[in-house]
Amino acid sequence: MAKPGVRGGLRLDAHKERSTAQALRAASPVETLVLPLDQHAGAPAVPLVKQGERILRGQPIAEPGGAISSWLHSPTSGTVAAIEPRPAPHRLAAPSLSIVVANDGRDERYAESATPFDQLSPEQLREIIGRGGIVGLGGAVFPTAAKLSSALRGQDLRLLLNGAECEPYISCDDMLMRERARDVVFGARVLLHALTAQTCVIAIEDDTPQAAAALEAAIADAHDARIQLRRVASDYPAGGERQLITAVFDVEVPSGGLPVDVNTVCLNVGTAAAVAYWIRDAQPLTSRIVTVTGDGVLEQRNLDVPLGTPLAALIYDCGGYTSRMSRLIMGGSMMGQALPHDDLPVIKATNCVIAASALDLQPRAAEMPCIRCGNCAEACPAMLLPQQLHWYGIGRDLDALETYGLMDCIECGCCDYVCPSQIPLAELFRDMKPALTERLAARGSAAAARTRFDARTARLERIESERLAALAKKRQELAKKPS
Amino acid sequence: MRQVLYALVPTVALHVVFFGPGLLIQIVLGVVTALAAEAAALRLRGKPLPPFLLDGSAIITAVLLALCLPPLAPWWLVVSGVAFAILLAKHLFGGLGANPFNPAMVGYAVLLVSFPARLLQWLPPNVAGLEPASLSFVDTLTTIFTGMPPARFTWDAITSPTPLDALRTDLALGMTMGEAHTNAMFSAFGGKGWEWINLATLAGGGWLLALRIIRWQIPIAMLTALFICASIMSAADPGAYAGPLFHLTSGASMLGAFFIATDPVSAATSGRGKLIYGAGIGVLTYVIRTWGGYPDGVAFAVLIMNLAVPIIDRYTIPRIYGHAR
Repeated sequence: MAKPGVRGGLRLDAHKERSTAQALRAASPVETLVLPLDQHAGAPAVPLVKQGERILRGQPIAEPGGAISSWLHSPTSGTVAAIEPRPAPHRLAAPSLSIVVANDGRDERYAESATPFDQLSPEQLREIIGRGGIVGLGGAVFPTAAKLSSALRGQDLRLLLNGAECEPYISCDDMLMRERARDVVFGARVLLHALTAQTCVIAIEDDTPQAAAALEAAIADAHDARIQLRRVASDYPAGGERQLITAVFDVEVPSGGLPVDVNTVCLNVGTAAAVAYWIRDAQPLTSRIVTVTGDGVLEQRNLDVPLGTPLAALIYDCGGYTSRMSRLIMGGSMMGQALPHDDLPVIKATNCVIAASALDLQPRAAEMPCIRCGNCAEACPAMLLPQQLHWYGIGRDLDALETYGLMDCIECGCCDYVCPSQIPLAELFRDMKPALTERLAARGSAAAARTRFDARTARLERIESERLAALAKKRQELAKKPS
Repeated sequence: MRQVLYALVPTVALHVVFFGPGLLIQIVLGVVTALAAEAAALRLRGKPLPPFLLDGSAIITAVLLALCLPPLAPWWLVVSGVAFAILLAKHLFGGLGANPFNPAMVGYAVLLVSFPARLLQWLPPNVAGLEPASLSFVDTLTTIFTGMPPARFTWDAITSPTPLDALRTDLALGMTMGEAHTNAMFSAFGGKGWEWINLATLAGGGWLLALRIIRWQIPIAMLTALFICASIMSAADPGAYAGPLFHLTSGASMLGAFFIATDPVSAATSGRGKLIYGAGIGVLTYVIRTWGGYPDGVAFAVLIMNLAVPIIDRYTIPRIYGHAR
């Protein structure tokens, strides 16, 4: 069992054909766009504009608020209507400080020039990528420039572009690869230069033949031998970062570590395309492809949507809700989050909106006690024992939770899915993690304090023994002296 | 859990063919008691009846325990055993999913310790050469409810030890295996009737395996361990120890392997843990049958290994993704 390998996982109904039948199109423009300043991982961005100021499409309107943060650009020309807290697409729709842009419909573009990337040093290129407001579009929205810089500690880096869109319903990456494969490949070449890496693998699932054909053609056209395509089995969660790295490179990312610990930088294919638009076309990240799907919406398809577009407008753009609409989900059916209403903007993390009918997402049956059947352990891609974590989780036994690897849980939800007792396991694990994190951090500082104390004791002992030795020597010398 | 009950149908059918309708009456008594005890316990614990009462777990406990009892055992035996299993072994520990011991086996062990004589009063199988007393359904019913056989019979005339019990007594009397085997109840490799019941149970268990309702580790480990122990001892002294096939097809071997030891609540949880747990049951079953105080050892073997589950679980945590071995 020591051999690394992809284990567990589920073969799920993908529900993707329904949104890939129609070609990608741009979303209809809207009058008001809402841009939360915290739509990336890390510190919120800081506004560069004032209320009432006229702005242009692609103009930076907020700058990074810390080392891990991101730029934000206006998706259209118009005026800054307000800078105020607005509900953001989280589970509770809690308000985030947002820049509200009133669209003037003129779509005037901010002057930026394309970057001849191969004439720049990798350092310059990474810095420029950062200014494009580019973050991971697979869902984690981690600032790409920060990821590239932190990856430099690895050696012989290899780039892995994640096109394995394993979660049901989401098809935005599939459509991107079908229709814009050249942009993905161009982005790959920019990223290879920025990382001084020599290999790039674009990984896709084996059930996306059109995307595979488009990418193969684009790679052939680019005449770049560093880039290759790899197909992986379409089992959920094949596109989980760790699972994909193991499937492609046959190594495991160490527990608590990052892909760079196995000399890999993993980015979403959408992120690579965003890099291409910024470096080649001087277009910062102001729009993204969003899958609108589910039986609760009339027209299921993918759209290129300006950031800040209200979900309500997006649904309207797709023909509106059907009578079967029951729940609104952002993300896929496994890890997506339920939204309380649709007066929320599309943000950089919005890969998919499911207007779910009762058939799409069946409400959970009543939870029953765990009977330790072990189905969850067989499905767990992290090779955990969710039934044991559940037992110790409800008992708040942090020692046992640590031993059984709570922190290695990737929250994919496979355990929930197979549980015959309908226990929301992933939710429990997500809720238990902060307590364990806190404790591990406390132990970390306790360990540091103990090290300091041991060093001090050793130092004092050494000083004392040196003093005694000096004293003894002096006594000897005194004794030798003839008196 | 319904499939587990379906998988027991061949076992129950052959049991009735060989030992008469007594088992059916025991099952009815057991299931009624189980549901009543379950409902009472749920009510006392303030839990809702609908999802729990019909989840099937109490019914399985009752059927498994009924299968372990002699078909003519008095009604109060199965009733008190099942009530003990549900009320004390299951709900006192927290109900479904929280019982450390297999409830059916706790119930059986309590009966075996308290009323050993009653539990040894088995019947001869209905096969050529054994001529069991012909008891009608009404006779069976009266015997179970009065605790006495119909007036025209005596207990001695209608009962017979199980092959495991008979062999044990004969060997204790100093007979060799060859001499003991002259008894008409033995067939070429097992006990008449019992071997077919065990094969039917094996078939039902195989079906559960194919449906992936149970996993292979526990049954295979238990039967393999039993096979190896019996092979070693009978090879060392064929005159004094029964062979592996006799052990595999006697008593509750198959029932234990596929239906009792596989109860997930009280079993070890990881794949490696299940192998250790199953093998432990196999070895202990052999030891108790051969040198212990009771003819069959499955119940005590399961209970002892239930006791070992927390320790087995602790030492068999699988390697987690991203961790060194």
